[in-house]
Order: sequence, then C-alpha cells, then structure tokens
Amino acid sequence: MSYSQFLSHVCMPHAVFLQLKTSSKSNAGSSLGHCSKVPRNVNLEKLRSGYLFPEISRHEFEHLQKNPNASLIRLGIGDTTHPIPDTITQAMAEHVRGLSTIQGYRGYGAEQGNMALRKAIAGKFYQDMGIKADEIFVSDGAQCDISRLQLLLGPNVTVAVQDPSFPAYIDSSVVVGQAGELEEETGKYRNITYMNCGPENNFFPDLSTIPRTDVIFFCSPNNPTGHAASRQQLKQLVEFAKANGSIIVYDSAYAAYIRDGSHRSIFEIPGAKEVAIEISSFSKFAGFTGVRLGWTVVPEELKYSNGFPVIKDFNRIVCTCFNGASNIAQAGGLACLSTHGYQALHNVIDYYMENAKILVDGFESLDLNVYGGKNAPYIWVHFPGSNSWNVFSEILEKTNILTVPGRGFGPAGEEYIRISAFGQREQILEASRRLKVYL
Amino acid sequence: MSLANNLSTSMFSSSSSAFLAPTSFNASRTRSVSVPLKSLNIVKCVATPQEQQIAYKTKVSRNANIAKLQAGYLFPEVARRRAAHLLKYPNAQVISLGIGDTTEPIPDVITSAMAKKSHALSTLEGYSGYGAEQGEKAVRAALASTFYGNLGIEEDDIFVSDGAKCDISRLQVVFGSNVTMAVQDPSYPAYVDSSVIMGQTGQFQKDVEKYANIEYMRCTPENGFFPDLSTVARTDIIFFCSPNNPTGAAATREQLTRLVQFAKDNGSIIVYDSAYALYMSDENPRSIFEIPGAKEVAIETASFSKYAGFTGVRLGWTVVPKQLLFSDGFPVAKDFNRIVCTCFNGASNISQAGGLACLSPEGFEAMQEVIGFYKENTKIIVETFKSLGFKVYGGQNAPYVWVHFPGRNSWDVFSEILEKTHIVTTPGSGFGPGGEGFIRVSAFGHRENVLEACRRFKQLYN
Repeated sequence: MSYSQFLSHVCMPHAVFLQLKTSSKSNAGSSLGHCSKVPRNVNLEKLRSGYLFPEISRHEFEHLQKNPNASLIRLGIGDTTHPIPDTITQAMAEHVRGLSTIQGYRGYGAEQGNMALRKAIAGKFYQDMGIKADEIFVSDGAQCDISRLQLLLGPNVTVAVQDPSFPAYIDSSVVVGQAGELEEETGKYRNITYMNCGPENNFFPDLSTIPRTDVIFFCSPNNPTGHAASRQQLKQLVEFAKANGSIIVYDSAYAAYIRDGSHRSIFEIPGAKEVAIEISSFSKFAGFTGVRLGWTVVPEELKYSNGFPVIKDFNRIVCTCFNGASNIAQAGGLACLSTHGYQALHNVIDYYMENAKILVDGFESLDLNVYGGKNAPYIWVHFPGSNSWNVFSEILEKTNILTVPGRGFGPAGEEYIRISAFGQREQILEASRRLKVYL
Repeated sequence: MSLANNLSTSMFSSSSSAFLAPTSFNASRTRSVSVPLKSLNIVKCVATPQEQQIAYKTKVSRNANIAKLQAGYLFPEVARRRAAHLLKYPNAQVISLGIGDTTEPIPDVITSAMAKKSHALSTLEGYSGYGAEQGEKAVRAALASTFYGNLGIEEDDIFVSDGAKCDISRLQVVFGSNVTMAVQDPSYPAYVDSSVIMGQTGQFQKDVEKYANIEYMRCTPENGFFPDLSTVARTDIIFFCSPNNPTGAAATREQLTRLVQFAKDNGSIIVYDSAYALYMSDENPRSIFEIPGAKEVAIETASFSKYAGFTGVRLGWTVVPKQLLFSDGFPVAKDFNRIVCTCFNGASNISQAGGLACLSPEGFEAMQEVIGFYKENTKIIVETFKSLGFKVYGGQNAPYVWVHFPGRNSWDVFSEILEKTHIVTTPGSGFGPGGEGFIRVSAFGHRENVLEACRRFKQLYN
C-alpha cells in the first residue's frame, strides 16, 4: 500500500507531500515542463518541515510498513475516540432530515453563527462575565480560527508564544509573514518571542524577562504541558498585556477538562475584555474533531491603537474569508450545551481523565517526572538529557506506542514526550503495562 | 411563500445586518459604511475623539490592509438593506432574489446519508475523529471520477473543503502578498476583497472605483463578457469564473483556450471558479482542465453549495494539479497542502458523507433535478425582463440574470426595486465598476415566489 493510500485509509491527518526540504531550490521545472513565473511565497519557504501532526502520521506509517503485525497504540495525535452521546447525534440527524423539508431547509447561515448557538455559548460559558452573544463567532474549529485571527492581525505585528506550545500559533505566524527565518542553532524563528514554560517556573513565563509584543498566544489548560494557569498567573498576564498594550489570544480548548477549579475563561479576570480574545472548540469537549465546530470571543471593548474595534475587522474577515460553520455541526453544538448533552459529554471527559490518571500513575511509579494529566488530556513526561525525537522513536520501536516528541512543540519541549489520554480503556491499560516493562 | 419563512431566513442569513443593528452595540459603536459608493455621506469607521479618551486602547496597530476595504462585504450589505426594509414595512411580502441562496430542500438520498453518518458517530464502529485535512479518500475519488473523469486529474490533486469562499482565501494565503492579480470586472467580490486583505493591492481609488494594483478585466456585452486579453497586463494570478457570477456568461472552448495560452505565455496561474458548471446549458467546457495545457497553469475551485443546496452544510473542493509549479519549480500543491494542514482541519465528516451521496448515481440525478428547477426559475425571470424590453444577459448557463439599466446607478435601481416591489436584488456595482448600470437577479427561490416577483416586475416596469 502506498503512503497516501494508507493515510487516507486510516483517516489520519496527513500531508500528502512530506519531508520537504524547503531550502532546496528544485531544478525540477526544466525537466518537468512549464513553470509559471509566479514566485513562491517566501513565508512558506521559511517553514522547515511539514506540520507536526502529519509528521507523526508519517512515522506511524513507516513503522507499520516495517512491522505490519504490530499492535499499535495511538497516544500521539490528540484525536478523540469515544462515540458522541446519542442526544447530540440525534439532534444533528434531526436537523439533517429537516433539510429535506420545506420548513426545515436552511441555506446560508449567518457567517458569525446561529444566534441560538451564540446565545447558548454565552449563557453556558460566559455567564456573569459580561460577554454577549454577538461577541461570539462560531467557527469550524480553533485551528481555522487561529489562522483567521492571523489574517486579521496581519504581517506587521509581533507575537509571543509559550514554549512549548501548540504548533499552529507559530506556523500560522510564519505563514502570515510575522516571523523571520528559522535559526538553526536555537530552533526558533526570528521575530517571535518564545516564553519558556517549564517545571522550574511552574509552567508560567517570567514576564519580567519577556519583551513587549503586540500579540501573546496563551493556552490554558495547556497543550502540550497540561498546565492550567492559576488565577494569580492569569492576573499577571492580563496586567502585563494591559501595561504593554498587547492583545492576548487565549486558547481555552481544554477548559472542560479542568478538575481543580482553575479558571476556564480569561474573561474571569477583571480587565481581560480590553486585552484578550478567547478561542475555543467543541473538538475535545464533544468529540467533534471530525464534525468541526468551535468559537472565538472578541469583546467589543478590544480596540486597536487608533480606537477601532477589533471585533469589526474580525467580523469582516469572517464575512469575507469564511461562510459559517456547517449548520449540522451547529445543531449538534446546541445539543451539546443542553443540560442532558452537557452532562453526557462530561461523562466522556471523565472517561478520558480516568485514562489520564492511569497513565500518570504508571509514569510516576517509574520515578519519572510527570506533569499535566490533571486538568488536560495530555501528560508531559520528562526524560532529562534526552533528544525527544529519539525517545519518541525508541518508544515506538520497543513498545509500539505512538506519542509526540516534545521538541515538536518548540525548543523547550526537548527532553519531553507528550502522551495523550484519548483512547479505549483497554488500550490505555495495555499501554501503561508496556511502558512499565520498557521503561 | 411565507413572510415567516423570509423573516427567519433574514435572521439566519448574513450577517452584518444583525451585527450592525442599533440594539446590539454599546455606546462605543462606530458608524459603519452602508451606503452606495457614490453616495455623499460615507462615514469612516473610527472612534470619535471623545470615545478615544474614555475607552482603553491597545497599542496594536490596525491591519492597514483591512483598513483599505471600503465597506462591508457585499452580501451582508444587501442583507442589511433587506432587514431595514422589513423594519420599515413589517407586513411586506419581501421576495429575495439578491444573495444567491438556495431554497429547495435537499434530496432525501443525500440527507439520509448524512443522518446515517450522524447516528454512526454515536457508535464504536462508526465513530471517527480527525479526518484527513485534504478530505476523505472516497470523496476525493468520487470527485475525480465524476468531474474530471478523463481529464488526467487524480484523486490526490483534489482537496475537499468547507466551500469555495474559504478556499479562495486559503489560496490567497498560499500566494502571499507579493503577487499581482487580475479579476474579471464585474466579478464575485471575494476575489478582490481577499486580495486586499492579503496585502496584494494598493488603496481604493474612488474616481475609478478600483483598488490600485489589481488588474480589472472588463467584461461587457460588447466583448461577449470575455476580456480583450491583448489589453490585459500580465499578472501572477488570474481569477476567472465561468459560468460567471454575476453576468451568467459562460466562456467558450475557444475563449478558454486563449485564456490558457495567455496564462502560459505570461507564466501566470489561473484560479478558475467553476461553482456553477452544472448549470451550463450550452456546450461549453465545464472544467478548465478540458483545455489542453491547463494543468500547468490552472487551479480550479468548485462547490456543492449551488448543486446540492449545501450553502449551509458547507462543502466544496479545489483542484491543484501536480504539474502546476512556482517559478522555482516548486509544486504549488505542496504549499497548498501545507496551508490546508496548518490553517484548516478538514471539512465536516457529516458534510462529506453528504457529498459522497451527492456523487452516487441516484444522488447526482437528484441534484440535477434541483438544478433543473432553478434553471426553470431562471428562464421565467429572463422571459419576464425580455418581455419588458430590457437587455438581459446570462440566465442560460447560470442561475443569475444580468439586467441592463443603461445610465442608471445600480444601488439606486436596487433601492427602487426594493421600495416599490419589495424584491431584493443585487446591485451590479457591488461586483466592480464594470457592474454599474446592471442589476443581478438570482433565480433561487420557491416557484411561487419567483412567479410573484415576475408579476411585480411587470407591474413596475410596464
């Protein structure tokens, strides 16, 4: 089976063309035929390899080629595995059947999303925070929203990211032209500020050492470290942004996984509405990784330096570069936020967090330093002095378990491995057994 | 037709209408442009000095590219006018022939596949999480065989998306800010607007109503709605839509051959928008790839929106042939793939299940029936305007009728029609300066609404 056939077969995120050595200027044009005279986008040239998660898929493919009988356990890409509760899929099926009727047919929806859903999101997640329905933009997911926000912000802003962090912030920044070249020695793109987050600083950057940037990407509970920022930390962050006139893009995709009463929304911090945008998603909350639904909150109070409301420009982007999330997904989203749906989803989240506990306990029993797994479905394991891609490969070779090398999330992820807690219980138990044996 | 149906549509459909309504904004709201470009009181969207003193501002500069945009995107503007009209005439039976929004129910064979997929997501065997960002293999294969059968376009040249409008912007992200582009004039506004946002253009020039640095290729009745390529400057990218939105013109094989040759000679890339291909009545190419050599110069985008009534369901696709190369020989498809993997996460798996059903023999036939229904609507509208003595274009190969109102301002005609007949259309100038003097009437609608609209047109213009 060819690689692309394989990938399509298992429906994993993948890149059809991989392992791009982008520095190589190919002479292929002359031998392959006509070349346009359109210059390649220099920003895309700056990207060094494929996006992280398709790279993981490629390793999986190669491993299976070599070991066709391997019983692979996937704790790599954070893909949900549990079926979606009935009450939600029934709502979607009902909506779908309605599309075949005169009364139930719906064409274009508002690009910002159905008002009923926007109101439900406001009511469920932003009650008492003064966030209104029309500050909420429903989307097809956080990854897409991150890029739309980058399109909004444009190439002339400076950004800061946590290190390690979800790769889409950096990659989208490079794509839009905010970043300089990649420095081979440090593994960092010029012009992006990397805010180190590790056990030594309780996974919160020492803001006194961070230069001002226009935009600060901050994810909590964090992917990949699992750390949920404390109120104190978030207050510091908001104050920092206020003092610097910066905009925080707060990624709260894992808020539903919080167990210890930490804040779910940046808007729980006073003053945040003047400095922050919040993105979120139904992916990990509702198993909607394939259904595609998320949202972004842009408060009316958030203003550019000339006083122009950011929300107006975001609305323009949404109306011009997007055409709304699928109305079927939105019907599902509404059901997710019903009392019954919400409870059912939290049962699924409990299931994943029980997985996480098993994995955390397993690693801890091996005297490894383990982080996360308490407020997020990710476990961040430290292998001091190691090269994380090597550890990733060894674990894959020796135990047939897929993980994600910490380095994929930034230079400060070196020495760490991210283990995701999605999966069937038997697999999680089996993985835990194998890791105990191997490690 | 029911007013209730219309009202509910207005609440769900685009967009800025609700957003800009007086009640939805607090005191710091700024006035937004909602008037024809040539009108007197264009208001710039900046806060008043008083508000600047009171409200906290970040130190982040507004994106200068977005600041170049003159008004809201066209269709939310039309929707806003419609909403305002309904407020003024709450009992009016407004008929929407403006925004090209499909109205007829989706055939059962397609929705039952989507319902089945929805239910399956609640089962262990049927649950699926992330799909391939490029789309499900089965869908890509079905698209390849249905639309590109013997054209040498393969399954992995096809990228499934949540629609052509989104793909247009993703393509712009691939191209970046340092390319030049050409558009037809008039054209679907997303090409120009996305170009402005990407930073490819200069400022809007009010005297000619064009953005600097965009090459506008005039398409008029005089040139058969195909640009005189000998007068068109070289650009990196050429957006070309056929059958055309808004004019309804379908380029002939001969014209497309010239276009491909032009692109080849100039080393340009054509972005060919084929969203209305199945509306073609004449024997014109439906895909740019029917033209020899096109694979080396063209990308094609398409959509299920107007075929399957998927305007709300969201599904489309883009073809990027392997043979399409940047000037350094780097395949465009590789960069498009990278963008798709980084800035997107795949079309909804439920929508894709619907797409697959659309491409089954039964589904395809059912789609053709709905398309046929809208084509019949188009015919009725064309005949109406012709009988009233208007010069009418389009309508033969697309669900749009392009009516000429010589010497008149199209927003004025739009307003007059709305005021006097309660019918929403789209003013031609919204599609570019070449659209001035025209009105686009879209043919989507329940039959009785279309017939009623035509009765009212006859009354107004007799």
